[in-house]
Formats: sequence, C-alpha cells, structure tokens
Amino acid sequence: MSAPPAEPAARIELRQERDVAAARIAVSRAMDAMGARALRKTRFVTAVSEIARNALDHGGGGVLEVYRLERPLRIMIRCRDEGPGIADLDQAMTDGFSTARSMGKGLGGARRLVEAFRIESRPGSGTTVEMEAKP
Amino acid sequence: MSEAASIYSVDKVLLVAIRDNITDTDIINLQEDLSERIVNEAARGVVIDIAALEIVDTFVGRILAQLSSISRLLAAETYIVGMRPAVAMTLVELGMDLPGSKTALSLSHALRSLKAKGLA
Ligand SMILES: Nc1ncnc2c1ncn2[C@@H]1O[C@H](COP(=O)(O)OP(=O)(O)OP(=O)(O)O)[C@@H](O)[C@H]1O
Ligand SMILES: [Mg+2]
Repeated sequence: MSAPPAEPAARIELRQERDVAAARIAVSRAMDAMGARALRKTRFVTAVSEIARNALDHGGGGVLEVYRLERPLRIMIRCRDEGPGIADLDQAMTDGFSTARSMGKGLGGARRLVEAFRIESRPGSGTTVEMEAKP
Repeated sequence: MSEAASIYSVDKVLLVAIRDNITDTDIINLQEDLSERIVNEAARGVVIDIAALEIVDTFVGRILAQLSSISRLLAAETYIVGMRPAVAMTLVELGMDLPGSKTALSLSHALRSLKAKGLA
C-alpha cells in the first residue's frame, strides 16, 4: 500500500483487549472533529472494532493509525500487524469463514460498512488493512 | 461482580446493564453471575440494556446472543432493550440480526410485556 498521506491524528498500539476500545474512541473522536453523521460514525467505528480485534486475536497485536484526509474530507485508518498473515484472502473475506471457530463475519462485515477497503496480507509477513469513510 | 456490567433486580426481573468496554473475561463472569441469579432468585424475566453501547460489533453481538440463550434455557424470558437505530442498521449489515433474541424499545416496554405474561 502507498505511503500514508500525512501525520496520523492518532496512533494506538493494540496489545490487549482494552486497546480495541481505545482505537474505537480515537476514531470516534476524529470523526466528531469532522462533524460526522451518527450513522456514518457508527458504521465506521464498528468496522474499526472488527479490524482491530482481528489484529489482536489473529495477528498477535498490531498498530492502528487514524488519518484525516482532505479534498474530499474523509477519515482513514491503517491497521498493521506482523502476525501469521492470511493464506487465502478471498476465503477469509467470506462470511462464515473462521479459523478461530468464531462466526467469521468480521472481515466481510467491515468491508460492507466502509466506503473504501484495502487488505494486504501474505503468510509470514503480517496483515495490513486500510479503510476510509466520508464524515 | 465485573465492572463491565451490573445486574439489578426490578419487579422480579433481572436487569443487566452492559457497559461499553466489556471484555472476554468480563463475559465469563457475567454469564456465571446472571445464570446463578436467575436460578437463585427464580427470575422469570431478564432485560439486557445496551443503551450505553455506542456500537455493537460481532464480538458484543455474540455476547448478547449467548446471554439470551443462557437465560432462555433457564426459563427466563429475555429482552434486549435500548438499541440505538444506527446500531440496528449496522448489525443487519454485519449479518447479525440476533435471531434468537427478543428486543423491546425500552426497559418499560419490556417490563410491560413481561407483566402482561405474568412474568414480572
Ligand atoms: N489480522 C489477521 N491476521 C491473521 N489472520 C487473520 C487476520 N484477520 C483475519 N484473519 C483470518 O481471517 C478469518 C476471518 O476473519 P473474520 O474477522 O471474518 O472472522 P473471525 O475473526 O474468525 O470471527 P468474528 O470476527 O466473526 O468473531 C479469521 O478466522 C482468521 O483466520
Ligand atoms: Mg474477526
């Protein structure tokens, strides 16, 4: 993925469960600062929660950065981990697929909830997810 | 009792208020506390209040589904109340419309339904 466009507005280390809540709060604040509408914020923060939890649960922890992009104004997050990566991305994005005996709705759901969704992953080299939404 | 949720007794109904930062560990405690109280207090109704939740992701969605199933198995009719409209729309898009759970708009709506059935 290309270089981040600017300094992040927030950067959260995802090491334990409460860091997922910290990521949600940071994104929620950044969207409030943009005057985001309630439904857009709920959708985006929910997607962020899924991706941050995946980085923690499947990626062994990671880092989430929040960016404010201009022209047109939008929010972007980048979530990186250096975990085992995903061998088959199409399969992982499919609702119902989980290697954790969970529901497997996180990745597919997150993609439906945001305006732009990019994922990059290779076995052994970790996973990076970028998501964007209008305020 | 875990900090991420508290259980109150109102008119023989157990009211569970879920807070925003609930974790895996809290859930186990909450499931235990709630099932013990249903049995000990012979509660016939449970109301799970999620008004404090700004979002419900798949993690919390699963917690809600599990809590409803546990209470139902212990013969307590269970309602989820206080869901924000934006949360409902988001849950549908996640593919989590909580099929096994009854919902009511507010605590008083849920209590009225439970009273009408003689469960409160
Ligand atoms: N950051 C990651 N690193 C490694 N594997 C991942 C990562 N994110 C997702 N995966 C893989 O993709 C699968 C699907 O992810 P998804 O979030 O859809 O479901 P889940 O996390 O298993 O369950 P749910 O999110 O519904 O509780 C996971 O089971 C895991 O195998
Ligand atoms: Mg997941």
